[in-house]
Amino acid sequence: MIRFLFRRVSLIVPTFIGVTFLSFMLIHLVPGDPIEVRVGERGIAPARLAQLRHEFGYDQPLWKQFVDYEVQLAHGDLGRSVVTRESVWREFTTLFPATLELAVCALLFATLVGLPLGVIAAVRRGSAFDYGLMGVSVTGASMPIFWWGLMVILVFSVFLGWTPVSGRISDAFFIEPWSGFMTVDCWFADDAGACRSAWSHLILPAIVLGTVPLATIARMTRSSMLEVLNEDYIRTARAKGLAVRRVVIVHALRNALIPIVTVLGLSVSALLGGAILTETIFSWPGIGHWLIESIQRRDYPVLQSGTLLVAILVIMVNLGVDLTYGFLNPRIRR
Amino acid sequence: MSAVVTSAVVTSAMPGPLRLFWRSFSENRGAVVGLIVMLVLIVLAVFADIIAPYSPIEQFRTHFLAPPMWVAGGDAAFPLGTDDVGRDMLSRLIHGARLSLIIGGSVAAFSLVVGTTLGLTAAFAGGLVDITIMRVMDILLVFPSLLLAIVIVAILGPGLFNAMLAVVVVTLPSYTRLSRASALSELSRDYVTATRCAGASPLRLMFLTVLPNCLAPLIVAVSLGFATAILDAAALGFLGLGAQPPTPEWGTMLAGALQYYQRAWWVLAFPGLSILLTVLAFNLLGDGLRDALDPKLKR
Repeated sequence: MIRFLFRRVSLIVPTFIGVTFLSFMLIHLVPGDPIEVRVGERGIAPARLAQLRHEFGYDQPLWKQFVDYEVQLAHGDLGRSVVTRESVWREFTTLFPATLELAVCALLFATLVGLPLGVIAAVRRGSAFDYGLMGVSVTGASMPIFWWGLMVILVFSVFLGWTPVSGRISDAFFIEPWSGFMTVDCWFADDAGACRSAWSHLILPAIVLGTVPLATIARMTRSSMLEVLNEDYIRTARAKGLAVRRVVIVHALRNALIPIVTVLGLSVSALLGGAILTETIFSWPGIGHWLIESIQRRDYPVLQSGTLLVAILVIMVNLGVDLTYGFLNPRIRR
Repeated sequence: MSAVVTSAVVTSAMPGPLRLFWRSFSENRGAVVGLIVMLVLIVLAVFADIIAPYSPIEQFRTHFLAPPMWVAGGDAAFPLGTDDVGRDMLSRLIHGARLSLIIGGSVAAFSLVVGTTLGLTAAFAGGLVDITIMRVMDILLVFPSLLLAIVIVAILGPGLFNAMLAVVVVTLPSYTRLSRASALSELSRDYVTATRCAGASPLRLMFLTVLPNCLAPLIVAVSLGFATAILDAAALGFLGLGAQPPTPEWGTMLAGALQYYQRAWWVLAFPGLSILLTVLAFNLLGDGLRDALDPKLKR
C-alpha cells in the first residue's frame, strides 16, 4: 500500500510542473504584458509603465520570470491581482467556500436523486420507467446548462416568484462569515430568516449544476447495477430466499457502487467547469464568477493563478479518488 | 463508414455489411431519431438562405420583441417572434443551424485528424515520444475543459475562429488517448506483423494498416465530439468569448437575450432549445453508433 501510494504521488510531480508551465506560458502568449494589456488604449506614462512592470517583475527575461514564478509558488505565493492588488490566494480562499458549498449541494442532489432512479431502472429493465429515465438522462447530459439555468430562473424566480434571482443571501441579512458556507453560518448565527434566505438562494443553482451529474449518475448506476445483477452471487442470494429489496440494496448496490464512486470523483473537473457557467448566471460569488470577471477586467495574474489553483484542485481530487480506489480494491495496487 | 464494416465482416453468405450495420443501428430508436434530426439540420443548414423567411440580420423596426405567432399579439409573419432589434427569430435560428454544424464539423474533423495522428505516433514511436505526448495530454485533461477553453480565448481574443480553436485544443486529448489505446491493441496482432515483414513503411503501417481497424471507436467519438464542440462553442458564445453579435450563433443569441429575457421568454427559449436538440441528436446518434459498431460494448 505504501509503495502504491508513493508511486502514485510521485507521478503527479511532472504533471504539476507541466501545469504550472502551461499556466505560465499561456499568460505570456498575451501580446504585450499584463500591465500593458490592462491599461489598454487609455495609454500610460512610459515612466509609470516601466515602474509598474518592474514592480510585477515583467521586465525580467522570460526564463527568469518562470524560475521566479516557480520559486514564488514553492513559497505559496501566487502573485497579486493587478486590479485590486490583493493577493490571489486570499481572494481564492474567500471565494472558494461559496463554490464548494454549491458543488457539494449539487453533487448531493445528483446522488440522492440519480442513484435511486438508476437502481429502479435497472431492476425494472425494459419497462416504461426504464426507457423514460434513459431518455431524460441523455437529455440531461446534453443540456446546455447556461440556458437551463436561465430557464429555471425564468420559471421559478420570475413567473412563480418562489426563489430569488441571484446572489447567496438577501441584502437584508448580514451574517458574520465563519466557515464561509452561508447555510452553515446562518445556522450557527441562529437566524431562521437568514437560513431560509440562504437556502432559497442555494437551491436553484445547486439543481442546475447538479443536472448533468444527475444524468451521468443515473446512467452509470443503471448499467453498473445491470452488470452486478447478472452475477452468480445475486442468484444465490435470491435462491436462498432473501427479499428482492434486500438483495438489490445490500448485495447488488454495494458492489455496483465502486465504478459509480470513481466516475463521481473524476467528474469534479467537469463540475468545476459547470460551476463557471452556473455562477455567472446566478451571480454566485464563487471562483467561477471570479475567473470570468478577471477576464473582463483583464486581470491576467488572477486568471493565471486561479486557473492553476483549479487545476491543482482537480489533481488532488483525482489523486484522492485513485488512492481510495486502490484502498478499496487491492488488485489495482500491484 | 462502409470501409470499417467491410474489413470487419468478410463472410460472403451473410447479409451485406452495411445492411448488418443498419439492422443493428435501427434497433435503437433513439439513434434513428438522432439521425433524422441530424438530416433535418443538414437540410436547414444547406438551404438556410432559401428556407429562412428573412435575412438573419434584417431588422424590422415596427416589430421589436414581437411574441411568437400563437401568443396573443403575435404576428404570423414572424412565427417564432422577433428579438430586441426586430430580427426574425426563426430566420436567425435556421442560420444558426448552419453555424453550429460548421462549428461541430470542423472542430470534430480537426481534432480527429490531429488527435489521431498524435495518438498513432505515440503508439508507434513508443518510448520518450509516447511519454511526452501522453503527459502533455494528461496536463490538458487536468484543466476543466471549459475553463481551459475560456483561458485560451481570453488570450487569443474573442471570436468564432478562436473559440473553435480553443475547443479543438480541449477535445484533443480524448481522440489522442482513444486512438493510441486502440492502435496499441492492434499492434500486437499478426496481420500487423505480417505487413511489417512484407516491408510496409511506418506511415503505410500507421494509416493504411492499423488506422482502418481503429475506426469504430473513433467514429463514435466523432459523433459525441460533435455534440461537445457545439455545446462548448455555444457556452463560449454565451460568455461573450465566441461568435460576436450580430452573428446568429445560438450561444451568442442567448447572451444577447440576457437583458430582456424576463419580458420576452421566446428570445431565451428557442436558441437554447435548438442547442439542446442538436446536442441531443448527436449524442443519441453516437450511442447508437457505439452499439452498432462496437460489439465489445454490446449487451
